[in-house]
Amino acid sequence: MGASQARYQQEYHDLVDKSGFSLEQIKNLHYRFHQLSGNNETISKGNLDIIPALEDNPIKSQIIDAFFDKRNQRQNETGSCEEIGFEQFVMVMSHFRPPPSPMTDAEKEAVRSLKLRFLFNMHDTGSDGTITLEEYRKVVEELLSKSEHMEEEVTKDIADAAMLEVASTNVPHMGPDEFYEGITFEHFQQILKDLEIESRMHIRFLDVDTTTMHCGKFSS
Amino acid sequence: MTSRSSSRSRAGFARRLPERGLLLLVLLVLLEGTVLPLGAASSPDVGHAEHPSEHGAEPGGHNITKKAFPVLSLDYDHVRLPFEIALWVLLASLMKLGFHLVPRLSNIVPESCLLIVVGLVVGGLIKLAGEKVPPVMNANVFFLCLLPPIILDAGYFLPIRPFMENLGTILMFAVVGTLWNAFFIGGLLYAVCQIQPANPSDLHLIGLLPCLLFGSIISAVDPVAVLAVFEEIHINELLHILVFGESLLNDAVTVVLYHLFEEFAGVGTVTLMECFLGFISFLVVALGGVLVGAIYGILAAFTSRFTSHTRVIEPLFVFVYSYMAYLSSEMFHLSGIMALISCGAVMRPYVEANISHKSHTTIKYFLKMWSSVSETLIFIFLGVATVDGPHSWNWTFVTVTVILCLVARVIGVVGLTFFMNKFRIVKLTTKDQFIIAYGGLRGAIAFALGFLLDKEHFPMREMFLTAIITVIFFTVFVQGMTIKPLVDLLAVKKKQEAKRSINEEIHTQFLDHLLTGIEDICGHYGHHHWKDKLNRFNKKYVKKCLIAGERAKEPQLIAFYHKMEMKQAIELVESGGGAKLPSAVPSTVSMQNIQPKKPLPKTAERALPQLPKGREEEIRKILRSNLQKTRQRLHSYNRHTLVVDPYEDGVTNFIKKQKMIQLEKKIKEMNKYLTVPSAAPDSPTMCRARLASGRDTDYKPDQQQKENNLCSDPQAYNVKLDSGKVPTIQVDLASPQSPDSVNVMDEFIKADAGDEDSGLMMKPPRKPGEEDGARDQQKLTRCLSDPGPSADEDEDEPFLP
Repeated sequence: MGASQARYQQEYHDLVDKSGFSLEQIKNLHYRFHQLSGNNETISKGNLDIIPALEDNPIKSQIIDAFFDKRNQRQNETGSCEEIGFEQFVMVMSHFRPPPSPMTDAEKEAVRSLKLRFLFNMHDTGSDGTITLEEYRKVVEELLSKSEHMEEEVTKDIADAAMLEVASTNVPHMGPDEFYEGITFEHFQQILKDLEIESRMHIRFLDVDTTTMHCGKFSS
Repeated sequence: MTSRSSSRSRAGFARRLPERGLLLLVLLVLLEGTVLPLGAASSPDVGHAEHPSEHGAEPGGHNITKKAFPVLSLDYDHVRLPFEIALWVLLASLMKLGFHLVPRLSNIVPESCLLIVVGLVVGGLIKLAGEKVPPVMNANVFFLCLLPPIILDAGYFLPIRPFMENLGTILMFAVVGTLWNAFFIGGLLYAVCQIQPANPSDLHLIGLLPCLLFGSIISAVDPVAVLAVFEEIHINELLHILVFGESLLNDAVTVVLYHLFEEFAGVGTVTLMECFLGFISFLVVALGGVLVGAIYGILAAFTSRFTSHTRVIEPLFVFVYSYMAYLSSEMFHLSGIMALISCGAVMRPYVEANISHKSHTTIKYFLKMWSSVSETLIFIFLGVATVDGPHSWNWTFVTVTVILCLVARVIGVVGLTFFMNKFRIVKLTTKDQFIIAYGGLRGAIAFALGFLLDKEHFPMREMFLTAIITVIFFTVFVQGMTIKPLVDLLAVKKKQEAKRSINEEIHTQFLDHLLTGIEDICGHYGHHHWKDKLNRFNKKYVKKCLIAGERAKEPQLIAFYHKMEMKQAIELVESGGGAKLPSAVPSTVSMQNIQPKKPLPKTAERALPQLPKGREEEIRKILRSNLQKTRQRLHSYNRHTLVVDPYEDGVTNFIKKQKMIQLEKKIKEMNKYLTVPSAAPDSPTMCRARLASGRDTDYKPDQQQKENNLCSDPQAYNVKLDSGKVPTIQVDLASPQSPDSVNVMDEFIKADAGDEDSGLMMKPPRKPGEEDGARDQQKLTRCLSDPGPSADEDEDEPFLP
């Protein structure tokens, strides 16, 4: 028991360095990880799928896929995994860390870039580095998937209008025969620069030491 | 506004002087004119009706003097009150007009200061004229007539998202900050009064409770003043919502403290029990006010659900329900301001989904108009009341008050920010704190509350009033005038005027769902989880009740998109048409660049002749020219028959036309939709027949029945054609059932001769089918009857392939 504790301690310290969480937060996350995985070492998509609260979420499958996406591990790999261990879990969660403050402008840019990259990877299901019109249409479709009254035309129109906007802002002068391949990461950053992602994309509970995390109705 | 005035100044300097002189002359004459009746009105002997007798009495000693019939008589008494009110409003509006003609002045001095000065001048003139100044700062007038429009305007247009995000901070400032201010100022003032040097002055007589009462009156940041000053400095949204939100929410605290101290000032002491009751009372006042407002808001939303046939009175519901919310909560001594805010905020999303575009504009403009006039009047009255009110100047008291106000504000803001920054993600910097502290302006509410004080219980009332007025003047003049240069000096972030783009909207929603999902994975029921639950509850139950018809189920993204489309279409129609939508970034990108090139379909069953090049060009030319003729003309203006909203129809029509254009492009690319009857495809008659005009054929119902799959419901368009010169484009698509179509072709050829350029009507590709016949019948009857708004919705169907 002592040996495994020591092993955990070592792992935790590594993770603290890699992800930027504090020791306390990593411990909390590990606790949750064990709950989700049923005390196994790894979790699969099925484990996340059965969380009851996620049922009503329109982009549930995208979120789950994001955990298993290798691109979010910051190791320049692509593709997806079948199962992930605790380290990968923490790395994905680190995208939602509240920003340290105060931040210099450079730090702000870095944090924003990281979080936008996560969003970009979620949209770019084809892993080709651009978000094509089809992929964007799928995004809008998924967003509207839980609403009862869905007109296909409108979904397409919205995606088209959004794409048009990106193209107009980034490449204003295109000839009538040129084709806009897709949204690259730079364009993506450009259109969302006013959204202040670095201060909006975070989960609050990771900020405060919680020993009172709700388990929800999850049962192993 | 400034750019316009400055361009005017550049236009011709020589012309401005006589212009200004003339205006000044008019203003002076008007002032003279207003002063006399306003002054005369308050003096007891008002002019009676005079009967100038033309020929005098009957000669001789008749007992009955028969007066001659008065041709012209003066009866001021009859119209006195409305006349005065109208004069004041007119004065206020002319003043507002005047200031903007002098651009340099309005750049340096905020409007509120100028208005107070005008009030001072008017009050002075009235006094000079020897008349008694009318008691304009009557608390009833202020609280029941002047204040509500301003607060309603603020509440209805309150930006909900930043308000909710910063609610904790705002509440902190409003409640704790105001309490701190009140006790600090009251307590220290009492101490200062007590330690007055030897000569027994009046100040010794002031008890602790009156001091605390005075502190509570003077400590509240005033929404009117804050609005007036902050509007002009265009500060960033966060700071604006913090200071403004604080000024709105501290009303509850002020009300409770005021009543508490007023009650017990007579008694002299306050027990702990009463403090506790005071705390309970605060909760009741605040939450009660919010509840009352929310109830009325829901009532208003529910009522607006049924107003689709009486669009004219829609704005009235908004105003009346809100005002009743205010009055109801004032009745129970709850916080009227919070009731108004919550009423406006609750009803807005539902009402806006239900009412017409015109009503929306009406509400906006009426609210802005009333609040503007109210604000102007309030400041003018403040000036007048200053001249009038009995003053009792006491150097110590007044100066100490002013200093204490400033000090208390600074300490309060700094302390609270230090505490709140522990919980905030976006921390407040020192610059922010300075602006928040500096923006704590006092205004007319404090004065009105002081005016309400009873002279018996508060012998020091006049001194209080003087001090209040001094503080108000100080904050409005000194702080109001200097805040703008300070904001520029400190380089505080200004408001960004960026329009919300569809990408941002998509990603805002995406983020919301993402963060909710992550919270669920973490198992923590946080912020986003509850917000999401509230949204779902709203969507499932509340929207169904309060929003009429189809819009209840419309997801927010689609609603946003429709709104954006509508806005663009309106812009386009207003700018006189043109093929290209005006956009922020002029770009040559169009839909073509984005759509991946679809490969043309290979062989199809039937022959696929192309439209000859000439015809294509003709179609395109006609399309373009028709697009430019999109001016709508308003129909009858009888308010009882304002059934169809022609402008709105025109705009929705326009959007549909845009869709038609796109569709036409698609059709051009995918030629397979253009099928051809077995007759010679290239014969000119055939081609011309395809480009039939919609007009004449419409009025032949029997013909409709014959062709059951060709332009089956131009009747729907017929309604619109009636209401205005709506050019519609019709590209006739023949069906494979040749005999029928040939038959109709003949009809079209006949009809075509009559009307050449009344426009073309376009139809999307329709699958020929049996049910079309039946549908046509239905459409016919429906459309020939009352062309109410329902005709709008029906039209949606043909356009979705």
